[in-house]
Amino acid sequence: MIKSLRIRSVLVSLLLLGSFLLVWQLATLPKAGGLQGVDAEYAALMGGAVQQSNVPGPVEVGKTVWEKLSNPFYDNGPNDKGIGIQLAYSLARVLLGFGLAIAVAVPLGFVIGMSPVMRGALDPFIQVLKPISPLAWMPLALYTIKDSGISSIFVIFICSIWPMLINTAHGVATVKKDWLNVAKTLEVNHIRTALQVILPAAAPTILTGARISMGIAWLVIVAAEMLVGGTGIGYFVWNEWNNLSLANVIFAILMIGLVGMALDLVFGGLLKLVTYRE
Amino acid sequence: MHEQEFLKIEGLAKVYPATSGNKPLTVFEDIHFSINKGEFVCIIGHSGCGKSTILNALAGLEESSAGVVIMDGREVSGPSLDRGVVFQSHALMPWMSVLKNIEFAVKSRWPKWDKAKVRAQCQKYIDLVHLTGNEDKKPAELSGGMKQRVGIARAFSIEPKMLLMDEPFGALDALTRGVIQDELLNICAETHQTVFMITHDIDEAILLADKIVLMTNGPEAKIGEIVVNTLPRDRTRNDMHKHPHYYRIRNHLVDFLVSRSKLLRDETPAGYDAKRPPMVRPGLEGDPEPQPERERVRPLLHAVS
Repeated sequence: MIKSLRIRSVLVSLLLLGSFLLVWQLATLPKAGGLQGVDAEYAALMGGAVQQSNVPGPVEVGKTVWEKLSNPFYDNGPNDKGIGIQLAYSLARVLLGFGLAIAVAVPLGFVIGMSPVMRGALDPFIQVLKPISPLAWMPLALYTIKDSGISSIFVIFICSIWPMLINTAHGVATVKKDWLNVAKTLEVNHIRTALQVILPAAAPTILTGARISMGIAWLVIVAAEMLVGGTGIGYFVWNEWNNLSLANVIFAILMIGLVGMALDLVFGGLLKLVTYRE
Repeated sequence: MHEQEFLKIEGLAKVYPATSGNKPLTVFEDIHFSINKGEFVCIIGHSGCGKSTILNALAGLEESSAGVVIMDGREVSGPSLDRGVVFQSHALMPWMSVLKNIEFAVKSRWPKWDKAKVRAQCQKYIDLVHLTGNEDKKPAELSGGMKQRVGIARAFSIEPKMLLMDEPFGALDALTRGVIQDELLNICAETHQTVFMITHDIDEAILLADKIVLMTNGPEAKIGEIVVNTLPRDRTRNDMHKHPHYYRIRNHLVDFLVSRSKLLRDETPAGYDAKRPPMVRPGLEGDPEPQPERERVRPLLHAVS
């Protein structure tokens, strides 16, 4: 039953994809005698360019995808790098900013989760800082850090810290009292309690926060790189827009989605590892 | 009494401070009793009389409002490896296997032991509660009874001077409960463990306990009386009801829980001394022969647990 359900949903997925591609192809077909309805003088001025559709069809995008993916790591100077290199830049920034965020959010979350005083003291700051769009920090970061690469890492850091901080604090604060009492009656010291009882108990909640953070970071890096420029998948999208190469833009959009999905799958797998059944 | 008093509780009280609009709430006060080495003491009382709070105070997990707990000549001021606790909800770490759960305790007790020694100690207690072969299972894969056995093994594995059990079999079905009670009885006979246990089950108390502390109803609960179990210590679940004292003890306990626990709270009997709560030895010295009408209590027995 489950198997047949799966097969059916795969079939429907393929059907949807097929019809989407078909509609896309039909909608982007070059119009035969495309001059109808267009002012003759304007058509002459444009040198017949309007006859071509500006949005590439699936076949053209498919060719671009094949071409780009068959040589992902070439480097022909600042404006022409392979997609693999661009993605690697973006990923490196995300991982750096995200790693820094873990290093701050998890210990701080422990403090907030364990101490009601600290929770009360830090809560107003968190509530104010959390809703700030990460890109709003960009000018301040650029001015103070004076390095566009590090600034974008900072932006990733600041956007991925909140879900992890809040989830860690919540996970730590809601560890079952019985487990803590077990540790107490065994005279387990604070560090060992934190590492062997609280951390594994709160790990699913913490990792859920990390998963959300990673999702946000991957959303933000594209915007940040569009602003900062130079390298990365966000810059690539913007650059190809300036080149009016929509096929490349569509290809980049596809890659952003695929990489984002892969990142989420990794966290899904990690989450499965630390999840426990009671 | 020739045995030395191992654990002494003197003037223990728990008062929750006044909250807005409410008077301070005294859960229990002026609790005095003692436990001898190797003795098995059960405490019975209705919900709200503060049994768990007393146990937590003995464990050092909760601070009492007044009074002291003295164990082995020293005041209890916090949790300690000297007192093992079996929790009502087993409190196993669900991410650890059976072995790891017990190892966690053994390593805490003897941090300097090498791997083999720790493993051997864990195995000894896993075998003792008959869980051999389940070492690598996670708690979620075990039945309720098996989980509680792991909890017992964990508490025993650190070889505490005293064992505290908070209604350990409350959540188990009657059959499983019987089996684990027998196991516990055997382990205690082997190890001469001093035990303090909360229970709601009268038969469990009669089977396991040497002394049964009866609490009056809360709030402002106190010890109504202490019943000495006059059955021979080698009693078993199968034959203890044949002993002439069995129904004497049982009726006494039921009678207490059904009516006297409330009466005694509302009206302190003349000559009651909280420092020396009345000791009752059903069937022995000074216990009046049961009145004929007392027999009618029997059909009620199953209603109380």
